Amino acid sequence: MIAEAGLAALWLAAALAALQLALAAIGLRRGEAPVLATVRPVALVQGGLVALAMLALILVFQASDMSVKLVAENSHSAKPWIYKVAGAWGNHEGSMLLWVTILGLAGGAVAWFEKTLAERTLIATLGAQAAIALGFYAFLLFASNPFARLNPAAVDGAGLNPLLQDPGLAFHPPTLYAGYVGLSVAFSFAVGALVTRDVGREFARAMRPWVLSAWIFLTLGITAGSYWAYYELGWGGWWFWDPVENASLMPWLAATALLHSVTVLATRDGLRAWTVMLAVVAFSMSMLGTFLVRSGILTSVHAFAVDPRRGAFILVLLALYIGGALALFAARVGTVRQGTTFDPVSREGGLVANNLLLSVILGIVLIGTLYPIVAAGFDVQLSVGPPFFNKAAGPLALILIVVMAVGPLVRWRRDDAQALVVRAVWPIGVTAFAFAALVVFAMPIGVLPLLGLSLAAGLAVASVAPLWGRDLRRTPLFTWGMVVAHLGIAISLAGIACDSAFTVERLIALRGGDSTRVGPYKVTLDGISPVVADNWSALQARLSVERDGDVTRLYPQSRTFSDPPTTTSESAIMTVPDGQLYTVLGQPDGTGRWQMRLWWKPFVTLIWAGGVLVAMGGALSLVGRLRKRRPRREAWT
Amino acid sequence: MRRWLLWLPLGAFALLVAVVASGLMRPADRAVHSALAGKPLPAFTLAPSVPGKPGLSSTAMRGQGPRLLNVFASWCIPCIAEAPQLLKLKQAGVPIDAIAVRDTARAVQGFLARNGDPYARIGDDPQSAVQLSLGSSGVPETFLIDGSGVVVKQYIGDIRPDQVDAVIADWRAAR
Repeated sequence: MIAEAGLAALWLAAALAALQLALAAIGLRRGEAPVLATVRPVALVQGGLVALAMLALILVFQASDMSVKLVAENSHSAKPWIYKVAGAWGNHEGSMLLWVTILGLAGGAVAWFEKTLAERTLIATLGAQAAIALGFYAFLLFASNPFARLNPAAVDGAGLNPLLQDPGLAFHPPTLYAGYVGLSVAFSFAVGALVTRDVGREFARAMRPWVLSAWIFLTLGITAGSYWAYYELGWGGWWFWDPVENASLMPWLAATALLHSVTVLATRDGLRAWTVMLAVVAFSMSMLGTFLVRSGILTSVHAFAVDPRRGAFILVLLALYIGGALALFAARVGTVRQGTTFDPVSREGGLVANNLLLSVILGIVLIGTLYPIVAAGFDVQLSVGPPFFNKAAGPLALILIVVMAVGPLVRWRRDDAQALVVRAVWPIGVTAFAFAALVVFAMPIGVLPLLGLSLAAGLAVASVAPLWGRDLRRTPLFTWGMVVAHLGIAISLAGIACDSAFTVERLIALRGGDSTRVGPYKVTLDGISPVVADNWSALQARLSVERDGDVTRLYPQSRTFSDPPTTTSESAIMTVPDGQLYTVLGQPDGTGRWQMRLWWKPFVTLIWAGGVLVAMGGALSLVGRLRKRRPRREAWT
Repeated sequence: MRRWLLWLPLGAFALLVAVVASGLMRPADRAVHSALAGKPLPAFTLAPSVPGKPGLSSTAMRGQGPRLLNVFASWCIPCIAEAPQLLKLKQAGVPIDAIAVRDTARAVQGFLARNGDPYARIGDDPQSAVQLSLGSSGVPETFLIDGSGVVVKQYIGDIRPDQVDAVIADWRAAR
């Protein structure tokens, strides 16, 4: 019953999306106010209906209704309830439904909250949003129905992939999707503005909070996903350049570029065409990511449904939407008036450099991600891994850090290079000092970590520099936001560089009672014992870890799940102020010894702390922008 | 800016769609390319697994024409599913040798009594040592060995009913 209600809500939402598109098109063509006035309410109801469909899916999962095919294939009655709920999106159909739910809700939110954009552009935006939603509703209803019944019903479910049975699943996909799909709003704004030829400062100011919100979610989602992979996979790494990780990084890079270029457009009325282009590219990268994951065209830990037909369906949608937007861009943007111009040494110049670097890094990641598909066309099987990405993107990222440190110190419009060097003397000094100190005390470390740590120190100083000599209580929130976000990047960079420069790894076979040293710790294996829980049993190692006389116990496990039968290693991690001790229990070697993998990772937590700080900076900025929303003179930041 | 430049992003995107569409059309290559294919069998000598049937050595597998080497175990469920196909292959004239992995004579005898015995020789590999040297990580797996003792092909997992004809064709081609 609930499943049918969900399906009905989904069909109704699809019908309303079609109506929304038609009303927007007719209204814009004829310019009839009564028709235009209907678009907003339709968008709201559409958002509500698709949310109901998602709720229905969560309810059938929560109730373990094994007559629903999706539940039977992906859930199990013995699972803790939080994984039953989260299991609703831990599979292909459910995650696509979550995708359109966020799309529908984003459209509803635009209809409800957006008051500053010109009415015609807003209607065109909602029309574009409806067009995107319509395609994905069709995909769900015709190719991925989450509510399909199973007759006869299954006795019990096949279970959820144990790697996904983790609290991370409850938060990571919804957050990431909110970011991914939130970018659809920027895309629709761009299309709307192209349709009504209304690209300008008002448009940029209206779009900025939406981009910012999506970007905050995306930042949090990527940070959370990185930490999840770090502790759940038991490989001790925080980024693997897996295609799906790249699929989330690419929209983030584009959205970060967009966030900065939209500021130039809002403040100085420059970079019009470029900003529109980035808005199109950002969401295109989200859709491309969805396509790469859902089609199974790339091999990845994230690819649940390997189905070329579904892949073809999404590819057609992709071609329609992105191709359509790019064609509209090509046809229309030439008629958009040039914005104002500026000097190369200026805040705008710095932001353009930021945009170019981000775009080149985006290009590198895109090429590296798609290259295996191109190579397969020539019958070459290969995968592109960390060595390529680190070498190609690493140096550019460091140059970007330099631009990021200097950029906020530069004045708008034009600036004097010599005066700029004087203003940057502290960050430059700190960078040089850190570099010298590292060379003297910490060698040998690699070139990239060395530069990374030095630049992180300089960036940290430079990012708080905009606050110098200011009345902190009167400093606008969005300036605080920039400071916090840039500081977050410095902190994250420091964590990344520390991790690659100073991590100590030990792979060792231990007998009960044996000890070994890793970093500042002495690790003793006290013994191995079995433990059981509802849906898994495990072998658990008891470790005593000692540092300066303080003893702590850690319990890494090798877990065996019954439904489906799978073994996972549950690492045990101890976080201390100066780093993390990461322990993994491996296999017995047959002679009474157990393989253990131990890492001492100094300051690794800074990576994610920095990521959270970046998102917080975004949130501060958002609050600042929304407060300033009442039309007044734009403050220059 | 020149007008035609504005169409460049669309062109680049069209190229991208063409690339992934071609990737999507091409059936994914899921065949396992054995690293051992084209190489001689690693040297091994295994004691008989069951009384009354000879054991197996790599030298003995040479010079008798192409044959299959089946890696199995009595405790392996897919091996039971595979047994009828192996019997069919034997009826078609394909000689099959076997390696019983981590097994006992009694258990293997029981397995052969229940599921039929397609094997000419069975070597006993109590520690999986030979299995690992063959680059096989699970049971069942089957290797096609040509007359000079060189590995032609590796079939991972059980040989399914629809695969039997292809295996016979592979065997004929190796002659």
